[in-house]
Amino acid sequence: MKVEPATSPLLALLAGFISELRAAGLPVSLTENLDAMEAIQHIPIEDRDAFKYALAATLVKNHAHWRAFETVFEVYFSLRGAEYDLIDGEWPEGMDLSDFVDGLDGQQHRQGGGGGEAMSAEQLAEMLFQALMRGDDALMRAIARQAVQRYAGMEPGRPVGGTYYLYRTLRNLDLDGVLERLMDQARQDAPGDLTPLEERLERDEFEARVDQLRKEVEAEIRRRLVADRGVEAMAKTLRKPLPEDVDFMHASREEMMALRRAIYPLTRKLAVRLARKRRHGRKGPLDFRNTMRHSLSYGGVPAEPKFRYPRPAKPEIMVVADVSGSVAAFARFTLHLVYAISNQFSKVRSFVFIDGLDEVTSFFEGVDDIGEAVHRVNAEADVVWVDGHSDYGHAFEVFWERYGKDVGPKTTVMILGDARNNYHASQAWILKEIEHRARKVFWLNPEPGAYWDTGDSIVSEYGVHCDGVFEVRNLRQLEGFVENLV
Amino acid sequence: MSFSFADVDSVRKGLSDVQYLADEGIAGVVYLAERLQKPVLVEGPAGTGKTQLAKSVAEATGARLIRLQCYEGLDESKALYEWNYKKQLLRIQAERQGEDPEGDGMWQQIEDDLFSEEFLLTRPLLEAIRAAEPVVLLIDEVDRVEIETEALLLEILSDYQVSIPELGTVAASQIPLVFLTSNNTRELSEALKRRCLFLHIDYPDLDREKEIVLAKVPGVGESLADQVARIVRSVRQIELKKAPSVSETLDWARTLVLLGVEHIDADTAAETVNILLKYRSDIEKALKEFASSDEDFAAPVAAS
Repeated sequence: MKVEPATSPLLALLAGFISELRAAGLPVSLTENLDAMEAIQHIPIEDRDAFKYALAATLVKNHAHWRAFETVFEVYFSLRGAEYDLIDGEWPEGMDLSDFVDGLDGQQHRQGGGGGEAMSAEQLAEMLFQALMRGDDALMRAIARQAVQRYAGMEPGRPVGGTYYLYRTLRNLDLDGVLERLMDQARQDAPGDLTPLEERLERDEFEARVDQLRKEVEAEIRRRLVADRGVEAMAKTLRKPLPEDVDFMHASREEMMALRRAIYPLTRKLAVRLARKRRHGRKGPLDFRNTMRHSLSYGGVPAEPKFRYPRPAKPEIMVVADVSGSVAAFARFTLHLVYAISNQFSKVRSFVFIDGLDEVTSFFEGVDDIGEAVHRVNAEADVVWVDGHSDYGHAFEVFWERYGKDVGPKTTVMILGDARNNYHASQAWILKEIEHRARKVFWLNPEPGAYWDTGDSIVSEYGVHCDGVFEVRNLRQLEGFVENLV
Repeated sequence: MSFSFADVDSVRKGLSDVQYLADEGIAGVVYLAERLQKPVLVEGPAGTGKTQLAKSVAEATGARLIRLQCYEGLDESKALYEWNYKKQLLRIQAERQGEDPEGDGMWQQIEDDLFSEEFLLTRPLLEAIRAAEPVVLLIDEVDRVEIETEALLLEILSDYQVSIPELGTVAASQIPLVFLTSNNTRELSEALKRRCLFLHIDYPDLDREKEIVLAKVPGVGESLADQVARIVRSVRQIELKKAPSVSETLDWARTLVLLGVEHIDADTAAETVNILLKYRSDIEKALKEFASSDEDFAAPVAAS
């Protein structure tokens, strides 16, 4: 019972869609491509959601890639929905807006159902408020459209990105202010005072709605841009790195949130994998003594050979992290990851510095929640000595003076930072001393390799005294490094 | 070949008849799985109803559910088939006592007998293949087996057949509907993923969770269900070690019904939150979060 085969323009579009997915970094194999083609023959083509899930189920095999998929999907198949006809300034049919606009401000509104254009900015704001208050999806979509039309100032062929339009639209809508108004309203409506719990629940609800509005606005801008520039060009500008490839140094606020969410499952996976590796280690060499002892019960015949199981020594880790400005995020993630697998090490000590240095090991001791501990490190550690600009030289000096004696042959020292020393003295001799005493010294640099040793970066001056200098710019690289470390 | 589901909506309806509320994505993928005759790999946080989905599909279609629980160290003899050695030994002994086997032909016959279906112990995978009636095969927590063992599954997942060296290939008489669940503790191999449809089941959104509570908890009122769903959504927004799962939401709702609570206030929530959250640090965090109304969600400010 097959639905009739998909028509060829659709196939062409799908081919473009898939090659865009590949360009965005999703591993789509040929089989999966064929599966997708087959899958869409089984679903009614006019059902956009079903179409989307059919493609997702066959093409996206990793949940972390879902966002990337969604973006590409929106671009490629956005204009095809009937409900999204691009007629400027027209309200969806059957929606009688003037009703409650009039009801609200008691003002005679001269339009019937059809003229969003004629409204004043205040009226639009009022409607936005009402729509959010009621959680009316259709109305929110209409308002999003109207707002983009009115505030974004989009002109055909203008070479600016969607973010610019988004910023302009949202600035005019003042969603933060609206949220506060909504909360005030909720407080008034409540019979008594809102308890903190109720207040929190109300706020979460409104935040969810505001967030949805923001998404609608984004979608609307994207739709218009696609209409203006065409699918391929748009997909290219929207292409974003996958979460595991997001650069620590340049992550946007939103990407940062995504990274923070990603690190939990990542650490868990890593811990499981490492524990497994340890348990399933290969058999070691013949244990002669043990074999001889067991041979006694066979009359001296070594019938049952005994093997020594490898017990790789657990390294002792010292993390020395630069927590200044741009590299702070990187240090946070690394600390998080190292502590999450701290049972793989015999001991973990951590130090943070900017131009002064402080030990923060105690923040992590007996703490369940590593994220919280990392947060405390940022707030409480005493890391500023003079002016709060990175001074690796002085930080190393302090480290050597206070903790140098603790560095021993079992210690692996990890230094995190971009080695941008603000032209201070490098004091590289300290690293040389540390290298002599420690088992290994690694330097992790969140900057791309091409920028090393440019400006005030002195990576190689330190690097010569390290057992390895690694570029660690994203979660993927970080995970790889930590796994090898154990 | 007849299908149990006519379209996506009938999947959703069938599942909701057995008290499983599927959203658009879940219903769509189940429908496709049957049409394309492909296994479904279900991934997502613990306690969101991954295993339940397979069970419910079996119930909705009236198929038999065969379950293979995966664990570290699972091997062929536990997953596919095994020869019944004891019975084989008995057979040989019985043969000896009866008559002294002299010629080679005699031995040949015994050997043929020994490796016949009579002495084959079927394990879940082979059983699912050989079943004559419709079957739903659930391979639970597939991420627990080692990556080498995963290869065992590949033949059955792509061709629905099992090769037994002594017997030949056993092909499926009917195509079972296969669900694999994974908690994502490790990355599954590309080969496995390629053969499956992928379904990520996340925590349900507010409305769906409310419906689930209403459907699954007897005696719960509309407003209580709504409150439960709202509070759980807020709790999930906090960064926790383990966010409350759907089953924990249901447990909580049941408790509240038993306690005769109709309206959840801060005190009730505080007293019963240990049903929702299982780590002490999580509980403390949640209580702290809800006790203070001033919200400080600003990202930690890094030193300059």
